[in-house]
Amino acid sequence: MKHIKTIQEACVKIPKSGKACGECQTSCQSACKTSCTVANQSCENNN
Amino acid sequence: MVHLFEMHGKHIAYDSESCSIHELDKESTEVLRLYINSDGKRPSEAELMKLCDQPEPELSEIKEICDDFDEMIDSGALFASGAPVEFSRLYPEEPKIKAMCLHICHDCNLRCTYCFAGTGDYGTGHRAMLSAETGRKAIDFLIAASGNRHHLDVDFFGGEPLMNWPVVVELTHYCEEAGTKAGKDIRLTITTNALLLDDEKTTFINDHMKNCVLSIDGRPEIHNLMRPSPGGKPSYEPISKRIKAFIKARSSKECLNPEHYIRATFTRNNLDFSEDVKHMADALSAGNISVEPVVGVDGCGYEIRAEDIPEIEKEYEKLALFLSGRKKEGSPVNFFHFNMDAATGPCVYKRLKGCGVGAEYCAVTPEGDIYPCHQFVGETKFRMGNVNRLNEIMDESGHLISGKSTTDILDAEVRKIFLDRLMPNREECVNCFARYHCGGGCAANRYFSTGSLDEEYEIGCRLARKRLECSIWLLSEGKSELM
Repeated sequence: MKHIKTIQEACVKIPKSGKACGECQTSCQSACKTSCTVANQSCENNN
Repeated sequence: MVHLFEMHGKHIAYDSESCSIHELDKESTEVLRLYINSDGKRPSEAELMKLCDQPEPELSEIKEICDDFDEMIDSGALFASGAPVEFSRLYPEEPKIKAMCLHICHDCNLRCTYCFAGTGDYGTGHRAMLSAETGRKAIDFLIAASGNRHHLDVDFFGGEPLMNWPVVVELTHYCEEAGTKAGKDIRLTITTNALLLDDEKTTFINDHMKNCVLSIDGRPEIHNLMRPSPGGKPSYEPISKRIKAFIKARSSKECLNPEHYIRATFTRNNLDFSEDVKHMADALSAGNISVEPVVGVDGCGYEIRAEDIPEIEKEYEKLALFLSGRKKEGSPVNFFHFNMDAATGPCVYKRLKGCGVGAEYCAVTPEGDIYPCHQFVGETKFRMGNVNRLNEIMDESGHLISGKSTTDILDAEVRKIFLDRLMPNREECVNCFARYHCGGGCAANRYFSTGSLDEEYEIGCRLARKRLECSIWLLSEGKSELM
């Protein structure tokens, strides 16, 4: 594509289980710096 | 939805549903604008012809751009649809409290002007220290409440937790022992103003705590203005010295827990906060920095006002440029709110849930009171329970009595208020490109700024959007270099 450069492909993460595993960090980004609400978390589930 | 923006001469398209990011040139930017105006449908020939008024580009080239966009739309990379998600999929069984802000101390050795905690006593009028006994009950509560969740988080908070150091040590060991016994991985963080940090505490923190958040407000004159000691004495010198030494120790090869953040608050007094980031990066050798806007009462003088937003937005862009430069020089600085890794980030369910306030996160005070988060401590209408009631649901060996649950000692009505706060339910979030990275924003900021959990906190929303744009720009800068 001459006029468009894809920096990040579509990357929606849909768990195979069809539901949340509940392992994500849920503490305060301001107090604890464990998450920026959601933005900079990595998925905790290896499945 | 597709968000198109320009930053530092680069045109970028971000698709919030698919998390895809694309750099565009002038021609494809104008074509995409037409697509956005028609909700993702291919523009008409008449509309495309208008883009060919100049000698270039030719209509055939414009149509090729449309063909590329059509292909991206068909593959789900642009204008991806967001399928509705049932509430039941967001919580495997029911929400489990799995993170805790444990208030080691309701007292402080600083008197920060903007302190949301009333300089330590949370507006209660009395200062208190958490006892080890109450702290253990809080940890027992967390373990029991977490059900089968494996990863738990505890933040030792305050006031200033280092003022009650023996309890920090005792509860650290307790978390490690009780967590292991219960099959949990309890990650510890400590949030401190660093005034009492010494070599012994540094070594302990580095040996046991996954994360450490150290508060300092950047340049000396800015820090001293808002973070004096009792009596008004400046605190920058002793604090900066201790933080610098801590960073050196934390960053050494011997330290098994390198994660830490230097955390600053910016106010109306320093809307040029990128200068504070630069100061901390240079003077303290800080490689992990967070600077956040104060949430101040109207009329206090240092609060962020709506008219400050354009200046703050430019400041974030300036900061992004500085960070990009540092990365290219080989001395990168990680800015917390610009962290974005779309590829390994949260799933479709987590991104709808936000921080977990009152649902999967709570704060516990020295009196054992349970609140939705540290910011709501003292707002008694949001008090959810007390860990001293554990004996009603647990036997002497610390196990839940058959048929009992930790929710039995929680105020169901208060908890429901926060469970119902899911982002998808809010109209103002539905059409915002930043919704999956904001998760609906901070409930406390909304409440203390507007008086309601449900009113939009516009300042917070606009800053969240600008931070996401900066994150995306930095990501594209980084990946462009590799291409």
